[in-house]
Amino acid sequence: MSRRMSWKSVTTEAKLLLIGIPLFLWTIIPVYHLFLFAISSKDSATSGRLWPKEPTLQNFSIVFHRQHFYLDHFWIQLWNSVLIAVSVAALTLFVATSAAFAISRLKVRGGRTVMNLALFTYFIPAAFLAVPMYKTMGNYGLLNSQWALILAMVTIASPYCIWVLKQASDKLPFELDEAARIDGASPLQLFRLVYLPLMVPSLVAVGTYALLLAWNEYLYAFLLLSNDTSITLAVALGNFLSADDSPWELLMATGLIYALPPAAIYYAFKRYMVGGLTAGAVKS
Amino acid sequence: MTTATVSAAALPAPARPRDRWQFWGRMLVLPYVLVFLVFVLYPVGYGLWLARHPASYVKLFDDPIFFRSVVNTLVFLVVAINVKMVIAMVLSGFFVTERWWIKILSLIFILPWALPSIPTILSVRFMLNPEWGVINSLIFRLTGADGPNWLNDPTLALSFAMIMHIWKSLPFWTLILIAGRLAIPAEQYEAASVDGASNWQKFRFITWPSMRTLYVTSLILSMIWTLGDFNSVYLLTGGGPADLTHVLATLGIRYLRLDQVDLSMAAIVVALPLVLPLVYFMMKRLSK
Repeated sequence: MSRRMSWKSVTTEAKLLLIGIPLFLWTIIPVYHLFLFAISSKDSATSGRLWPKEPTLQNFSIVFHRQHFYLDHFWIQLWNSVLIAVSVAALTLFVATSAAFAISRLKVRGGRTVMNLALFTYFIPAAFLAVPMYKTMGNYGLLNSQWALILAMVTIASPYCIWVLKQASDKLPFELDEAARIDGASPLQLFRLVYLPLMVPSLVAVGTYALLLAWNEYLYAFLLLSNDTSITLAVALGNFLSADDSPWELLMATGLIYALPPAAIYYAFKRYMVGGLTAGAVKS
Repeated sequence: MTTATVSAAALPAPARPRDRWQFWGRMLVLPYVLVFLVFVLYPVGYGLWLARHPASYVKLFDDPIFFRSVVNTLVFLVVAINVKMVIAMVLSGFFVTERWWIKILSLIFILPWALPSIPTILSVRFMLNPEWGVINSLIFRLTGADGPNWLNDPTLALSFAMIMHIWKSLPFWTLILIAGRLAIPAEQYEAASVDGASNWQKFRFITWPSMRTLYVTSLILSMIWTLGDFNSVYLLTGGGPADLTHVLATLGIRYLRLDQVDLSMAAIVVALPLVLPLVYFMMKRLSK
């Protein structure tokens, strides 16, 4: 009996490894390739080795000192990415939190309609809205202004944030509001003193969501911005592709620098992200 | 809804505080309503207005690239999404198995989702480069023959765009399905084990019935998002070779670049009969 058990557990482990090892390789190869390029010199990058003969930080130094014409505006583009991501997160939090509070707690008339409009926006494929958004920003005279990208990203980010926040705030007990009302609290006091403190985990989740969405955005950024000094790092990376003889190792080094902050933020807030977002994304 | 109305009505002087409540409700919902009107309703209306000429549709249907893109989009939807969701279903079962190394692997497994798509897509694009890419270097070293020009063959190029899409979004859907699996009470499986059920029977009679709704919802939502996936195709193949790997998401941008905005909008309007039922389904599901 015990022998059969152990035989069975060996096959179970083998089966698990049979999934685990390919899964590990599948996940890691593109990322490792990116990393390998970033730490290889120009000549050895394409040699097909698993580890470069002489790993180097030279590429990062070139990027930081902007010693290539693709990188002339590296620092300002990095700053643009930061500025736009932070602005989108702040504005989205403001728009989404007040809307969710009004709909869920103040029961504003028409709140349900607003929620449905937001959901409708959330379900328009982003690439479908891109062309009309581009034309609209042209009509508003905002093309090439970073406001165009910020406002577009707020538009795309807020519906989901409103929905997640509304789900979370519907779960807060209504006795809280009634107690506050009986004590004579104004709606804004209720918002500031009762609602916001209780919603912190969800606010962190949606704030991070909006931040990462804006940082990672490529399509809208490259449509709405075109000056070398106003584009984000994402667009700058795409611009490397305009020539066949692009310096790959520099592109990969820049790409790695660009990829690290959102990954770090994601892992740091994973607790909130996984709880707040995956549960919110699809209600079973 | 009812609690608030009833208790407010029961208060001695209900009218004034409720008015104040409604006033602030309107003030606070206003920012989003403005965002919606200015950056959703107007663009959508304007876009439909740009697509109003029947001539645009005639031109669109005469464009062989449009038909190719529709076919590519459908292939992308049917193949990529189903493959992705089936794998996600299997992997969700794998990740709920308790092993120390599976916990570590699950952290690594999230990477494609946590990283921005541009660097990783460009990394794969370089791997596939026919002359210097690592894949063809390996093929040359192992066999002495030149590897194929991966992205120069429309079928291969589109397949790689789908693989890229799956690589990027698989972790997200696996997480969703893991959440679904963890919601199933463990006693059901224990009882089934006592009755001597096989793994397949457990899946068939316990896991699947509890996860069917979640699975279908995920499938639909994934379809909507995949329709909007611009990066996987554009950054990997650029729509090429010879504009043969465009999907609807990249086709609109192609027409925009050719300064044919009416065609771009017409292509989107043509896709609406496919998109709107999906949107309607999801809205019904989520606004419950």
